[in-house]
Amino acid sequence: MSECTCNPGYTKDTLVPQIGVITDIREETPDVKTFRVNALDGGKLFEHMPGQCAMVCVPGVSEGMFSITSSPTNKEYQEFSIKRCGVLTEKLHSLEVGDQITVRGPYGNNFPVETELKGKNLLFIAGGIGLAPLRSVINYVLDNRENYGTVDILYGSRSADDLVQLKEIQEVWMKAPNVNVYLTIDREQEGWDGHVGFVPTYLKEIGFDTDKTALVCGPPIMIKFVLQGLKEMGYTDEQIYTTLELRMKCGIGKCGRCNIGTKFVCKDGPVFRYDQIEELPDEY
Amino acid sequence: MYKIAKENLSALFQKIAGDKELYLPVKNGGQTNYAAWDETVEVDIDTLKTVKSAKDAFFPQFETLYNVKREGKKLDLQQEALKDKDFVIFGMKACDIQGVKVLDNVFLSEPVDTYYAARRAHGIIVAMACHEPEESCFCKVFGLDAADPSAADVATWMVDGELYWKALTEKGEALTASVKDLLTDADEAKVEAEKAQIRAIVEKLPYSNLSLEGWGGDATDVKFKSPVWETLYKGCLACGTCTFVCPTCQCYDIKDYTTKDGIQRYRCWDSCMYSDFTLMAGGNNRTSQLQRYRQRFMHKLVYYPANNNGMYACVGCGRCVEKCPSSLNIVKVIKAFENEGGSKA
Repeated sequence: MSECTCNPGYTKDTLVPQIGVITDIREETPDVKTFRVNALDGGKLFEHMPGQCAMVCVPGVSEGMFSITSSPTNKEYQEFSIKRCGVLTEKLHSLEVGDQITVRGPYGNNFPVETELKGKNLLFIAGGIGLAPLRSVINYVLDNRENYGTVDILYGSRSADDLVQLKEIQEVWMKAPNVNVYLTIDREQEGWDGHVGFVPTYLKEIGFDTDKTALVCGPPIMIKFVLQGLKEMGYTDEQIYTTLELRMKCGIGKCGRCNIGTKFVCKDGPVFRYDQIEELPDEY
Repeated sequence: MYKIAKENLSALFQKIAGDKELYLPVKNGGQTNYAAWDETVEVDIDTLKTVKSAKDAFFPQFETLYNVKREGKKLDLQQEALKDKDFVIFGMKACDIQGVKVLDNVFLSEPVDTYYAARRAHGIIVAMACHEPEESCFCKVFGLDAADPSAADVATWMVDGELYWKALTEKGEALTASVKDLLTDADEAKVEAEKAQIRAIVEKLPYSNLSLEGWGGDATDVKFKSPVWETLYKGCLACGTCTFVCPTCQCYDIKDYTTKDGIQRYRCWDSCMYSDFTLMAGGNNRTSQLQRYRQRFMHKLVYYPANNNGMYACVGCGRCVEKCPSSLNIVKVIKAFENEGGSKA
């Protein structure tokens, strides 16, 4: 419970959102837009950690849980990269700069950037829109570079047009010291002279050393084969982190939707180490 | 201890309702459910079980969370006021009170659900012992005592046309003081006899000795993987009746309702029995009724206890036993595992 700033003395419920204003929209791909959101006073909506999510709502349409793609080291705003794939996201894609939405959060746990990941060599593996949550971690790590070892980023999508955050990847990540970026697309495409092939296959071709901790996000089928690949390469369950995505309504472990076994993904996740996932009933 | 003659109860209700909202079992259209009292309602405290549990008093089936108005690009948001007046809920049985305790662990744990917390803070529970427990009851299995509903503000017993009244908390004392002129002093002898009689009935009920051996927080792996579910779920119609009559089911949905004045964002009960409960744009993690059926019982008998010091999220009220159109209630689940020997695996 927090004291509501608009009406002192009145306890605001966690289910009641803040009003946010869209201050920038970037068209990443034909079906992904990145929305920059600020609080009404121009500042940030809240502080978050990499991997956390927030409930974004267009009142009268629907509310959905999205990962916060901007890094906490960004002191000015939060960003959400959102793929158009349903009623809410369709509506979000029709919004313009200056439109107001509601946001509540942040929810869930985060990638353990200040604990278990500190000092580690990091291997980021993302597919498609799965880059969104990892981008928050990558930028956090790059902004606190001295706290981490080597950084390798393997990112793939269906086509060159579907690579999210390409500008940042090329202009920031590829130029950062001691960072290797590997891009791939599923099929040959005119004008693309980079690697072609699925992420799990490319992963094995590169054959990373097992001195790293892997952070994996992407479509379930990619995650499945990437995990297989990492295991074959000698990675243990404790060296792999990923996120789970289930339907959510409350974000605070009460509405029951994202319950798997004794865990609520909105509260106990979305970030899980692979050995923790293996303990869950097979229902995710 | 005090007492009041049954024929004077309407005066008691009138007195309580004079300065507080009063909810009690009311017969309407052939069904008895908790509803607000006024002089026109048909109070029914003889029916043992209301169709729905008393959970609505604290966690209503529908409630507005906040209202949004849109003006051009701008939004204006007003949170719905929290309950700020005391109310009395009269007639709750031991099982329904335990149901509220199950909900407390969910809604009062951080981050606190303030809508629920406000109702809990303002609710005064007047419990009623179960005069004649029925065949579908199995609260004894969960350690409850139908004869002595002690987790309330006031406990009452109906014996030979008189309601015996005993305050159990400060809130209960205050309520008692406010209706004192309608009550007369009583000794406990008749109540003690009534308790003994109720307990004797409970002993003989068919489900009173169900075994929960093998269930509990540590049973996830064994129970989840059991082949028992594969046949057991088959008659389930996915109607969700069990979840709506259940005093402990807490799953909810949050939706928008557009009115001419703006948008109401409201919360309503939902059911894990429904196929769209877990449906996302990206897929569905419970695509079969087997999975959904298993989830409900695993939550009540394994996952919830694991997260709440062993407390089960079933109180043995037996409403699902009476209302499930396919008789696939929780008793059937417990028995199926008993027979299969799965409970000891």
